[in-house]
Amino acid sequence: MAVLHLTTENFRREVLEYEGTALVDFWASWCGPCQMVGPIVEEIANEVTDAKICKVNVDEQPDIAGKYNVMSIPTFIVFKNGAPVKVSTGAMPKAELLGLLR
Amino acid sequence: MRDVIIIGAGTAGLTAAIYALRAGKSVLVLEQGTYGGQIVNTPKVENYPGIEQISGYEFASGLFKQAEKLGMEYRNEKVIGVRQEGTCKVVETEGETYEAAALVLATGAKNRPLGVERETELTGRGISYCATCDGMFFRGKKVAVVGGGNTALEDAAFLSNYCEQVYVIHRRETFRGEDKLVKELREKANVEFLLNKTVQELKGDTTLQAVMLRDKNSGEVSRLEIDGLFVAIGQVPENGIFADLLELDEGGYIVAGEDCRTNVEGIFAAGDCRKKTVRQLTTAAADGAVAALGAAQI
Repeated sequence: MAVLHLTTENFRREVLEYEGTALVDFWASWCGPCQMVGPIVEEIANEVTDAKICKVNVDEQPDIAGKYNVMSIPTFIVFKNGAPVKVSTGAMPKAELLGLLR
Repeated sequence: MRDVIIIGAGTAGLTAAIYALRAGKSVLVLEQGTYGGQIVNTPKVENYPGIEQISGYEFASGLFKQAEKLGMEYRNEKVIGVRQEGTCKVVETEGETYEAAALVLATGAKNRPLGVERETELTGRGISYCATCDGMFFRGKKVAVVGGGNTALEDAAFLSNYCEQVYVIHRRETFRGEDKLVKELREKANVEFLLNKTVQELKGDTTLQAVMLRDKNSGEVSRLEIDGLFVAIGQVPENGIFADLLELDEGGYIVAGEDCRTNVEGIFAAGDCRKKTVRQLTTAAADGAVAALGAAQI
């Protein structure tokens, strides 16, 4: 599956009302570590079948970032059945990111 | 057995890979995090000779692609130990063991923490070590930068574009960073210098609300209300796993001269992890070249 880009329009439907696991990458175009981890997130999106892989551009969607107290990027939040269960900040290698989903 | 194993894929490590590969050697690069090292956090690099301006990310990914094209073998594994068996160097990672004729250690350095209580708890909740990554979350707010080097000054300049007020907290009267940067900051209306002061305590329940500052001369303690504190007081190396084998200085840096040779034949130290006075992008690259050409002769 391709990476799903979230907005205030689709956030409720795609994450909060989704019965399953969703990984959300909070990022921005000017953030080096976000750019570094971006291709890894894409790779994971193409590989995993049991989780939804999403991205929130914090510049374009400040309300979503604010709601989850994102004060550092990249921040990764794992949602299970619409509830945030894990938070991790900073760029990380693929194995570690996949580990967040387990 | 490989010819050269390089530990760390920052500027020094990747430059070493390029030079060793071009010398016809087989090269394995081991990295525990994402490649690129510290420069990835820098939005604009403007002091690398021959390149007027480039982002740290572009620089790092260019370096990586260059090494990859030359045939670098790259593995995302954390090294947990290094030992010597005869003249062979053995590198153990979490799960694998590798052997090489020569090693280049390019483990870099990480941000030095302030060392005050509740620092870890409030990291990501008002305390940050990367202004360019986290600055925009403090748009229109009051923040402080701690430090006196180029990083602190550049952070303050960057933050002054977003924040209502930027304080620069520095324990000395003068700055280690470039005069040009200090002058630029003095001209900004929303930047204030708080000199001869150190951060003594962090205040706030779930997020940072204020810091207590101690004046070095008078001993007086004052409260500064801020929403964000950006720590830029230098780096510390992570060379603990080499302590049994190699000579480290009191700060934990690997003792090696400008030839990058450590006290063990065939083991080289390159970049920020090496004991030296100037730690810049150019000197990291220079070390990488020197270490790789030394390693190529082993």
